[in-house]
Amino acid sequence: MSEPLVFHYDIDGEDFISAGQASIQIKKNLRRIGLSPEVIRRVSIAMYEGEINMVIHAKGGTADVMLYEDRIEIILADKGPGISNIEEAMQEGFSTASDTIRSLGFGAGMGLPNMKRYSDKMTIDTTVGVGTTVTMVINIT
Amino acid sequence: MKIKDLKELLDADVLCCEENLGRHLYSACGCDLMSDVLAYVKDQGALLTGLVNPQVVRTAVMMDLVCIVFVRSKLPTEDIVELAKENGIVVLTTDKRLYEACGILYSNGLGVKATK
Repeated sequence: MSEPLVFHYDIDGEDFISAGQASIQIKKNLRRIGLSPEVIRRVSIAMYEGEINMVIHAKGGTADVMLYEDRIEIILADKGPGISNIEEAMQEGFSTASDTIRSLGFGAGMGLPNMKRYSDKMTIDTTVGVGTTVTMVINIT
Repeated sequence: MKIKDLKELLDADVLCCEENLGRHLYSACGCDLMSDVLAYVKDQGALLTGLVNPQVVRTAVMMDLVCIVFVRSKLPTEDIVELAKENGIVVLTTDKRLYEACGILYSNGLGVKATK
């Protein structure tokens, strides 16, 4: 099996206003490669929500997008506070974000549910006080 | 409906990408919560919002939306307009309120089509 094409991004956690730049970049790169608009949209929305999450909750992190022949894998890793109750965090409407974040249009408790909605498979590996790694797989059909 | 029809109906001003006013719109959403916008894909849609920050444009880019309407005469900053311009998204501003603007578009046939 051939090696995947990898795009790596460092997500700056300092500035909410600039969050999402990596997702815009990945969208451009995937367009250049010529994937279907549907796949590109799913990858970029899932990654955008993840990026926003990392900025809101974890002061940034890293994003790796791996392009295989049959799928795209997005690995978002942070050294944030971790998620104490994944089941709760996966519920639409549940959020621990601040009012400031809400006033900016996010923090409505839709981030993780949206990431799951647009992925074919999503796994969350998290340890409180250590960090969180979210892996999303989107099949190229 | 074309974007230029929406512009007329809402008596809106164009802030960028006037050359794309001829593009077709098939759906729209009125929302200040960007995560709710991101929850359902809209086909060639317009986003009407009272929220003014760069995430509005990034949300529109992710969703492949073709037009953003800022309601209640809200004016986006230059960097917001620039980001939209880079991505070919028409930005409009209207003095109508969100509810009224959505109502006008809906009653003129711009349907709400939500598909995953």
